[in-house]
Amino acid sequence: MSKINIQTKSSLALNNSAGGVHERWRLIKDSVGRYGIVVGGLGVIFAIAVIFLYLLYVVYPLFISATAQAVNQYSVPDSSKGKTLFLGIEEQNEVGVRYTDNGEVIFFSVQTGKTILNQSIKIPEGSKIVSFSQGSPVSEGAVVYGLSNGKAVIVKHQYKITYPDNVRLITPSIDYPMGEEPIVVNESGAALDKIAVIIGEKTSAIVAKTADKIHLSSFEKEKSLFADEAKLTRTDTVLDYSALDVADILIDKEGRNLYLLNKNGQLGLFDIADKSSPTLIYEQNVIEAGQAVTSSAFLNGDLSLLIGDSNGLVSQWSKVRDKLNHFAMQKIRVFKVSDKAVLAINPEQRRKGFMTVDASGDVGVYHTTSEREMIKERVVDSAPVAAAISPRANALLVEAENGKISFWTLDNKHPEVSIRSLWQEVWYESYPKPDYVWQSSSANSDFEPKYSLTPLVFGTLKAAFYAMLVAMPLALMGAIYTAYFMTSKMRQYVKPSIELMGALPTVILGFLAGLWLAPIIEEYLAGLFALIIIVPLCVIAFAFAWQFLPKSTLQKIPEGWESAILIPVIILSAWFAFTVSVPLEAFLFNGTLRDWFKTELGIGYDQRNALVVGIAMGFAVIPTIYSIAEDAIFSVPKHLTVGSLALGATTWQTMTKVVLLTASPGIFSAVMIGLGRAVGETMIVLMATGNTPVMDLSVFQGLRTLAANIAVEMPESAVDSTHYRVLFLAALVLFMFTFIFNTLAEIIRQRLREKYSSL
Amino acid sequence: MIKLWFKSGSPWIWLNAAAVSTCMLMVVGVLGLVMVRGVGHFWPSQVIQFSYQEEGKQPQTIIGEKVDSSVMPALMAKSAGHKMADDEETLIQYLIKVGNRDVTGTDFRWIEERKILERSEPLDLMVIERREWGNFYGRLLEVKEAGNTLASGAEAWPVLQAKIVEALTIYKQIAHLEKKEIGAINYGLERLRLKQRRLQLDNQWDEAAKQQIASETAAYDVKYKEYQAQLATLYQQIRRHTLVAETESGAQVKIPLNKVVRVFQPNSMSIGDKIIHYVVKVVEFLTEDPREANTEGGIFPAIFGTIMMVMMMSVIVTPFGVIAAVYLREYAKQGFVTRLIRIAVNNLAGVPSVVYGVFGLGFFVYILGGNIDQLFFPESLPAPVFGTPGLLWASITLALLTLPVVIVSTEEGLARIPSSIREGSLALGATKLETLWLTVLPMASPAMMTGLILAVARAAGEVAPLMLVGVVKLAPTLPLDGNFPFLHLERKFMHLGFHIYDVGFQSPNVEAARPLVYATALLLVLVIVGLNLAAIIIRNNLREKYRALEG
Repeated sequence: MSKINIQTKSSLALNNSAGGVHERWRLIKDSVGRYGIVVGGLGVIFAIAVIFLYLLYVVYPLFISATAQAVNQYSVPDSSKGKTLFLGIEEQNEVGVRYTDNGEVIFFSVQTGKTILNQSIKIPEGSKIVSFSQGSPVSEGAVVYGLSNGKAVIVKHQYKITYPDNVRLITPSIDYPMGEEPIVVNESGAALDKIAVIIGEKTSAIVAKTADKIHLSSFEKEKSLFADEAKLTRTDTVLDYSALDVADILIDKEGRNLYLLNKNGQLGLFDIADKSSPTLIYEQNVIEAGQAVTSSAFLNGDLSLLIGDSNGLVSQWSKVRDKLNHFAMQKIRVFKVSDKAVLAINPEQRRKGFMTVDASGDVGVYHTTSEREMIKERVVDSAPVAAAISPRANALLVEAENGKISFWTLDNKHPEVSIRSLWQEVWYESYPKPDYVWQSSSANSDFEPKYSLTPLVFGTLKAAFYAMLVAMPLALMGAIYTAYFMTSKMRQYVKPSIELMGALPTVILGFLAGLWLAPIIEEYLAGLFALIIIVPLCVIAFAFAWQFLPKSTLQKIPEGWESAILIPVIILSAWFAFTVSVPLEAFLFNGTLRDWFKTELGIGYDQRNALVVGIAMGFAVIPTIYSIAEDAIFSVPKHLTVGSLALGATTWQTMTKVVLLTASPGIFSAVMIGLGRAVGETMIVLMATGNTPVMDLSVFQGLRTLAANIAVEMPESAVDSTHYRVLFLAALVLFMFTFIFNTLAEIIRQRLREKYSSL
Repeated sequence: MIKLWFKSGSPWIWLNAAAVSTCMLMVVGVLGLVMVRGVGHFWPSQVIQFSYQEEGKQPQTIIGEKVDSSVMPALMAKSAGHKMADDEETLIQYLIKVGNRDVTGTDFRWIEERKILERSEPLDLMVIERREWGNFYGRLLEVKEAGNTLASGAEAWPVLQAKIVEALTIYKQIAHLEKKEIGAINYGLERLRLKQRRLQLDNQWDEAAKQQIASETAAYDVKYKEYQAQLATLYQQIRRHTLVAETESGAQVKIPLNKVVRVFQPNSMSIGDKIIHYVVKVVEFLTEDPREANTEGGIFPAIFGTIMMVMMMSVIVTPFGVIAAVYLREYAKQGFVTRLIRIAVNNLAGVPSVVYGVFGLGFFVYILGGNIDQLFFPESLPAPVFGTPGLLWASITLALLTLPVVIVSTEEGLARIPSSIREGSLALGATKLETLWLTVLPMASPAMMTGLILAVARAAGEVAPLMLVGVVKLAPTLPLDGNFPFLHLERKFMHLGFHIYDVGFQSPNVEAARPLVYATALLLVLVIVGLNLAAIIIRNNLREKYRALEG
């Protein structure tokens, strides 16, 4: 810098004296050049920082909590038409619906509370509405009214979206999916105090409770080949179950399982797949003694049940097969929602989240899998009457006893992910026990995506471990020999050749590993193990025999050519290992080693497994480790080794006691950088493993690494979805991994350089 | 004695030596494997006719090329489910490429040595390379023209050769018309559609514009009809000729000549013929489009895509890399900050390439590309132009990936230039920039060259990030063509490395595609080894040069 200053000053002086335009132009160019380069240089370095910041920026929204905002509060529309039994919002958060206990359906504007449409449900004269229930979301807004005369009316609210003048217009209407005529559920005309319904494409069912019986009526739609109209076949049965205390009836959307819930928490599970003979398959108490069930609902997908009690607890119960392959309801997790009774549970329709409203008017939004409490807000001050969450889970309505409806919007984009769900065991629905699972996509939204990064990190480390197991001995021993024992003439060729191997595209190594090496290893597994034992033994035996060669021959061959001499030995012994392994294998293991592992030890064998990856990736990592370690060993100051030798140490003693110790930080940094490369390698693992995200230590099993996972799933993930952000998180984790390894290595290397220069 | 020998450390030295030998053997082995398999693919191998009898069945004829063989000891064969006689020690099997996928359903078949009754290599066996269904193996019976026999028996062969040359010429014309001419029309029509949309968006869609677009569309339509008519006659011509051949089982198969790429009788070819055949095949491999889901034909689009991408990347990475290195070495104050930056740059070289891909996809494609589309291409929304993976983003991503290589190499070059040279220039009154531009950079240019070559070698072999930012298995059009603006940076492209991955692992017929993958791998290895050797040689020369300067 000082040099530059002097130069600038001198040329300024020159400039003043001469005063030429040309001189000034040169100076302008010089400073423009300087600023250009400084700006460009810093810009490039800044661009590098941007990578890290951008990854953080994408990942960050995963971990922020959700927000809720009050938008409006208004009086219940048409409050004279009865008390609210059910509230609903449609997809666009524009139109809400209110069903009343008088059989009125009131559609209103969600924003302002103004009535848009009022329809009365046709209820036969002389009968009263005594029960009400909502069908599952697949029924698309179907609800059922149970009447005092043993009949039921099924109604459905629906919305038509049109775009007159390019403005969206939503027109609500009601429909009777099973016909306007009430359906007779109980012939004798007893009141239906509790009722539940599902309306499916083929099967629809009504389950209703009269004073002492539970009735199941199902309707099978059969489309005959010739007739245009579908024929309804009706089956009626009465369940063999004490109906006295049944407080809640739930049918899953497949119409296979029927849950009957008592006030005091007794849960009965019926298998109603065969509608003519429902069987009780499980019964259990689901809440603590002394508490009462205050609300219940299916979680989206209808695979598990949420039960809220008077103590403010919401527990999630899922049907799980136990060890004996019987179905049992298992309590997967519990949320402490409030100290008061949980009055309503509203599941989200697209995710495994739910909303609760407690007796004091607190609204909570939770996500089951990640066990996160996303929102907890006091929405209304008096006790709530009804609540609704919109299909996209971005708005909610709560009606309170004081006759007001509150409309809030929610911003809750990524509830599925929490530190816990990423790294710890999670008990997923229908799983027998908590587990680490990566399963980012499924056929439909009934099954939750399972984002556990643990199996991927495990796979990454497993692959890296086996790669290092192969690479470290070969690379480090090779480095020691090349740097210290090999003649310089040979070193001149050997070092670049091995380094060149590092430049080979990994896609080629992966291809060879997957299509050439994997079948060979599968066939000659025993040969490979024999190779590991026989080749070193042969080398030592050859070395031992070598010293007995006549002195005259030995003198002709200069030192440092051992490597070249050994090449035929290695080839021959490797060939020998493979030939001898075949009969040996047959003799020792009575067939193939692979089968033996399977039958005797129960270890399965995947063709593309960690062993193949270890060898192929080891191959890719060898040059990195070799090159850096060799540099470190080679640049150990000569006076140290010469001194050691002069004191009478043998070359090997000098090697282990002086050279290796001095160079050990360099060797360590070589290993670190190699590890960094093994962790981030993509193509080899992508091609040489089955890419199954299993957590299995066995060397014969496949794996899936973070990098391969990104390469496989990134192109298919939707921008800004949770999956997309989780993949960015995986990239960030990889980035951090390698960043730490490399920085460590780099700092150690710089220290070492300083040490050498001081020696 | 042995104890003493172990104590001397000599066995350890030998073991270390063995590690080096093993590494060398592995390098040579891998290169050799790729070389042998890759080179061998194009050689016309003999077609063998087997008389084969399976247990309890009539002898049958099998015609095909021997691809692979396996020797299995009796015990293993038994456990694999083969019946073995007591005196048999091994089971020898051959993998035969029997082709005729349209007749038999498979291309390959394993046969057992012990069941072969007889084998021969009849001269009249022919191989037909087809545009669909893979190879055909069999005998030529006759050549037909529009249903009438033109020649049969021994005379059929020369007639067939002549007719195939004719058919290929017509085929080329058809391909030219369909891809080039009609492709250009389609491209023009699409541009007109976008122009119209643009005008509508800008509220300039008036009568004049309407008329202009309508007249241009009409002009294209006229041209299109003309080409359609030409195509119709060409198709009629090419479909006139058919050959009739007999398969191994004696079934007769009619193959229209427009489906035939090449016919040859490998058993009757002389060495000279085979060499010519080999050269023709290699040329085809390098210059033609792929056929049959990439498993046959050439890899020209992949070569072209790789070169385009690497060139674009070089144009981007060189100035930035050099400026950053010059800043670090010549302008920045050496100290903690530069040290930190150097660590960061070195670190960046170790960051997994797939992370760059993720960054490129998120930042370049979705954010930059998405905004460019909003600003400059509103007419084609919602279809993305730059908001989707493509050549430009792939090049920029790889430029970022290879930036450390160029920076490190250039810095090294700058550091080697003795300071006396700079001081001399400054003493003579040159400004800093002049010193840099006229003396330092020219001297460092070989180092930059080395860096660039290494960067190119790395980029050419990198696949993982490209999978995210722009590579596809089959690109319908090249990124450079005769349609304005000629260079289409937004297009997706094919890449050699990805081609290997895709054909080797995602293709429906991996076994049949494998030789082609080896050939592609060989090409890639040759390119990369060549580039690296060039870099090493340049670097060594450079060292010599500066040694002389310093001395």
